[in-house]
Amino acid sequence: MVSKSIMTADDVRRALTRMAHEIVEWNQGTDRLVLVGLRTRGVPLAQRIASRIAEFEGVSVPLGQLDVTLYRDDVMTRGPMPLGPTAIPVDITDKRIVLVDDVLYTGRTIRAAMDALVDYGRPEVIRLMVLIDRGHRELPIRADFVGKNLPTSRDEDVHVHLVETDGVDEVVLTR
Amino acid sequence: MAETVVDGRIQADAGAAPAPEPFRRRHVLDLDDFSPGEIRRVLDTADVMKEILRRPIKKVPTLRGKTVVTLFYEASTRTRVSFEVAAKNLGADTVSVAASTSSVTKGESLVDTLCTLQALGADAVVIRHSYSGAPYLAARVLKGSVINAGDGWHAHPTQGLLDAYTVRSRLGELSGRRVLILGDVLHSRVARSAIWSMTKLGAEVTVCGPATLLPSWWVQTAARNGGEVMPGLRLSTDLDSAIEGVDVVMALRLQLERMQSGLLPSMREYVRMYQLNAARLARAKPGALVMHPGPMNEGIEIAPDVAHGAQSVVEEQVANGVAIRMALLYLLIGPNVNLPLEGEKR
Amino acid sequence: MTELWIVNGRLLDPSQGMDGPFNVRVVDGLVADLGPIAPPADTPPERIIDAQGKVVCPGFVDLHVHLRQPGFEEKETMATGTMAAAAGGFTTVVAMPNTRPTIDTAADVEFVLDTARREGVVRVLTTGTVTKGQKGEELSEMGEMAEAGAVAFTDDGHVVANPKLMRHALEYSRMLGRPIAQHCESPELAAGGFMHEGRISALLGLRGIPSAAEESVVARDIALCRLTGGHIHFQHISTAGAVELIRSAKEEGLSVTAEVTPHHLLLTEDWVAGGKWASPSVLARWGRIPTEPYDTNTRVSPPLRSEEDAAALVAALKEGVFDAIATDHAPHTVVDKECEFGLAASGISGLETALGALMVLVHSGELDLMTLIRYLTCEPARVLQIPSGTLRKGSPADITIFDPEAEWTVEPRRFFSKGRNTPLAGLTLRGKVMTTLVGGEVVFDGRRPAPGAEQ
Repeated sequence: MVSKSIMTADDVRRALTRMAHEIVEWNQGTDRLVLVGLRTRGVPLAQRIASRIAEFEGVSVPLGQLDVTLYRDDVMTRGPMPLGPTAIPVDITDKRIVLVDDVLYTGRTIRAAMDALVDYGRPEVIRLMVLIDRGHRELPIRADFVGKNLPTSRDEDVHVHLVETDGVDEVVLTR
Repeated sequence: MAETVVDGRIQADAGAAPAPEPFRRRHVLDLDDFSPGEIRRVLDTADVMKEILRRPIKKVPTLRGKTVVTLFYEASTRTRVSFEVAAKNLGADTVSVAASTSSVTKGESLVDTLCTLQALGADAVVIRHSYSGAPYLAARVLKGSVINAGDGWHAHPTQGLLDAYTVRSRLGELSGRRVLILGDVLHSRVARSAIWSMTKLGAEVTVCGPATLLPSWWVQTAARNGGEVMPGLRLSTDLDSAIEGVDVVMALRLQLERMQSGLLPSMREYVRMYQLNAARLARAKPGALVMHPGPMNEGIEIAPDVAHGAQSVVEEQVANGVAIRMALLYLLIGPNVNLPLEGEKR
Repeated sequence: MTELWIVNGRLLDPSQGMDGPFNVRVVDGLVADLGPIAPPADTPPERIIDAQGKVVCPGFVDLHVHLRQPGFEEKETMATGTMAAAAGGFTTVVAMPNTRPTIDTAADVEFVLDTARREGVVRVLTTGTVTKGQKGEELSEMGEMAEAGAVAFTDDGHVVANPKLMRHALEYSRMLGRPIAQHCESPELAAGGFMHEGRISALLGLRGIPSAAEESVVARDIALCRLTGGHIHFQHISTAGAVELIRSAKEEGLSVTAEVTPHHLLLTEDWVAGGKWASPSVLARWGRIPTEPYDTNTRVSPPLRSEEDAAALVAALKEGVFDAIATDHAPHTVVDKECEFGLAASGISGLETALGALMVLVHSGELDLMTLIRYLTCEPARVLQIPSGTLRKGSPADITIFDPEAEWTVEPRRFFSKGRNTPLAGLTLRGKVMTTLVGGEVVFDGRRPAPGAEQ
């Protein structure tokens, strides 16, 4: 197995800072903004975005987490998966949601996440932020805020490691 | 943010992470052969399901296309509706068959009915029957999953699980907790299942009631062994001493027919000796939980003020029942546990 | 004159205390000679049965079988039941009268004996009821039935509940020289019970039948036996407590005999739970318990009891407290058994597995072969004072030849009996009947029907 570093800890830090600014710029502030991290690694990423926004805007944006296992289109065939908790602390109707995830690939997880979200209410708009977009979409889904575009082939794997979950910040490509 | 409850370790690397112990059961017939790990898996899954019940739309599409049949030979609105709501919340379709055992014809009717359901392609059959062991017969006949919703005096596994879940939600880990099950234990499937679920999670259970309403073997064994029936289970016929310092009191419904069978002299005497009233409850630990599987005979096994008092968690038991049943349906007919884990795709 | 030789086997005849390499010569259906004799050189081979490696003994006598005819032919007939008996090595069986109609009169007795003569392949004796219709109210015409050939009287399936009536039955039957055989079970104590009341019933949530249900009737009947001097034969005893009572009664010299079934000797209440909570010693007896929890093939009356009870029964058998091993062969249809435990008919189809199952006790060293055969042959015969169960010269050549080491798997589909209801299905037994002869004629030659063959 060959492994290649795509982003170092510093690269990750800069990308997150840039995207936090992009989000606030798009939203023209923090009004009605809600960040929702997709389990598992989307959660600490969303947390970090929220703390950066708090630093430069002085506002605490509401933060939720979503486990999409029950909505996956492959839920019956994938074998046992842990069910994580879902917590959406505010009513999302008329809010402007940014879904946060680590890697965007086929788009199926995002589709499941949107299905889950609309069961909570009717947001005004949903946008997507990912650290890595590796291409090969199987559904018409696109990311609005991207840390890095990384063309890959299907037999490669992209691993995002974060301090909160894996002890280190890095993005690695393995073949 | 809510803490991770299920997988204590967040997956470090897809494929190398330890998957949760697969729920390798086709049926849920009894709790006696559940490992403590399996019970915890159900309770942890119920935590997730409980959150779904707090949403505005209490529905997920996970079991879409699956059919859950409830086959109830004993009338029971509460449990049947609980299962149907659970199935529907997971997106499954439900079919309700209310059969009756009042006819004298034998189990041909049960076996024939089961064969018909088989042909219907039921993914899961939830069965309640007045004969102990009937769900085992169903499990032999059916290809799908069988969930026992109560068979005779034998078992009511989903009740045992929701009772343990209720205690855990209110008091935390059951290990070391003292639970008193009070009343007609002999004829109670709720008692038997609660004994299994609670003792397997480390609680100490005492069953208490008149000697005629306790299994004779347990009475004799307890007499020989200073009150112990088996590890984790004790027996007493004296409520006032048995209730001292317990964390949980579960009162069982007393069937009024027990007097006719020569088991009890009168309801009055039963109430005097075994009713869970405020005075007795005061001898339990402060804040001890009052539980009852329902429906309650207020004024008989439980005084009305206790039934509706601050310590009563009876309504929570009902709500937890839906979450537990959702958890079991998900674990039984949800993700196919026979397929190997594949690498994650996004 | 027809002559038949059985050679090279181990001859075991408890009635004569014989155990050795002796051959048997049968002439015109009777035992002509036995000992270290050999057939003449010109004996045609088809007149010689080579029993090399096998045991040759008197044909077994079963004091308790349900042949179900008349009235329940879907469960069993004389033809299928006696064929099952032959395959089990039984050459004389005693039929129970709980048929439909019950065997209440001389005409009923004659029906059974005639049908058996025409369609049965082994010797069939019959009992008659104690009370009309087994209702426990009025005595049946025991005198006429005895004249017609009934060997004993029983309300088996039910107990004679009224002690006063039981007293009179004993007085009357004493006069006729016939025993009353009792199914000892207090109706009130046993009411609504499905299995032994004890450790397993407490966990399975099944209403139990306490040992006291049997013991109380045994105690009562011993007192009545003392009062009347009649002969009481206790059927299918299952409790340690009853064993104690019977031992004392025999020591006292009362006219009391008793039988025990293979399933009560060898199986326990744990079988009803599919072996879930079985002790290591219970599991060790068979290696594994093949039943599932609530397997209706474990529902039998009286029920399978505790390990302690089974051990007491085995000890009692060795000691001579029991006079007979009797199968209580109780065939039922699939429909009667494929249902909820509480609705299932009670009974085990036991003729074809009896020897193989009992050999477990011999192979484990708990029982020696001579004792086992004794309680299958001459002792049961003595209870009824019939001349069976022996190979004394001049006796009918009712002979069983079995291989004590041959292994075979219990496949109910291949039973001769219509009753496929046995908890032993799938087990491998060691001990197999190879040839059975009645009156010098081979009635079973070791071949079994193919699976699923219609009967």
